[in-house]
Amino acid sequence: MQIQLNGKSFTVADPSLAALIEQMDLGGKRYAIEINEELIPRAEHASHQLHEGDCVEIVQAIGGG
Amino acid sequence: MTESTKDSLTIAGRDFNSRLLVGTGKYKDMTETRAAIDASGAEIVTIAVRRTNLGQNADEPNILEVLPPDEFTYLPNTAGCYDARTAVRTCKLARELLGGHDLVKLEVLGDEKTLFPDVIATMKAAEELIADGFKIMVYTNDDPIIARELEAMGCVAVMPLAAPIGSGLGVRNKLNILTIVENAKVPVLVDAGVGTASDAAVAMELGCDGVLMNTAIAAAQKPVLMASAMKKAIEAGREAFLAGRMSAKRYASASSPVDGLFFN
Repeated sequence: MQIQLNGKSFTVADPSLAALIEQMDLGGKRYAIEINEELIPRAEHASHQLHEGDCVEIVQAIGGG
Repeated sequence: MTESTKDSLTIAGRDFNSRLLVGTGKYKDMTETRAAIDASGAEIVTIAVRRTNLGQNADEPNILEVLPPDEFTYLPNTAGCYDARTAVRTCKLARELLGGHDLVKLEVLGDEKTLFPDVIATMKAAEELIADGFKIMVYTNDDPIIARELEAMGCVAVMPLAAPIGSGLGVRNKLNILTIVENAKVPVLVDAGVGTASDAAVAMELGCDGVLMNTAIAAAQKPVLMASAMKKAIEAGREAFLAGRMSAKRYASASSPVDGLFFN
């Protein structure tokens, strides 16, 4: 299915969010996820399923003033 | 000072020794970021929330590793947000990212050139965030009425700008900052526009509880040295404030006695 991932079009074969997270290889760093402008809490990452056209944002902390 | 007379900064029930808060942006690299923040003595550091660089991650040190949570208190900001909704989304993401940490710096900008805060949108975001349990240190302009209203809403600290973000112009409106300080019951921290050490000292002499800065240090020729200067300036300004300065006078007042002059 086609989704938007961090602003770009992306194709996923597996609809599970968990599979996407693993594929992104976030290397144990801290991150947070929004889908369609709603926060998906960590506790739901294992079970959440993606849908066609979902807009996914994966964010992390960076330096800023 | 002894433990019992310690002049600590209390924000949302937590005590801090340093009244200098520092941003983590604009440094040359992570090494310089860490060195500058160490030299500053800052205990509270701001961070931003941005898209992960997918597929390019593994080797880059993350800011949270360079400045670990057991050594520093994070203040996630909502930099780059021009409306309440994106600011609220950013705070929720930050809280999730930091495992429930709910102290945030709220800033909602109104103009790209001056980066002046949109105080109406700021208040709208603050209302929603406070209801959701966030502890807000709110970036605002130097309008004493807005500062009063932000405090009344439940922000844990009010942070009026000295001058536009990154401008280095110093405190542009000392009397407004003084009015804000005199009326506030929550900590007042000058945030944005400080350029050099004397600017930080001026803010503290006005009675501010602290100063938040980033560009003043990061854009100095020698950031680590400037960080050290700022640490001293904050301490000097604070002591001068607590010491109670002399009154400024129109005319001179001799420092040596007139009695006993041995000539006419």
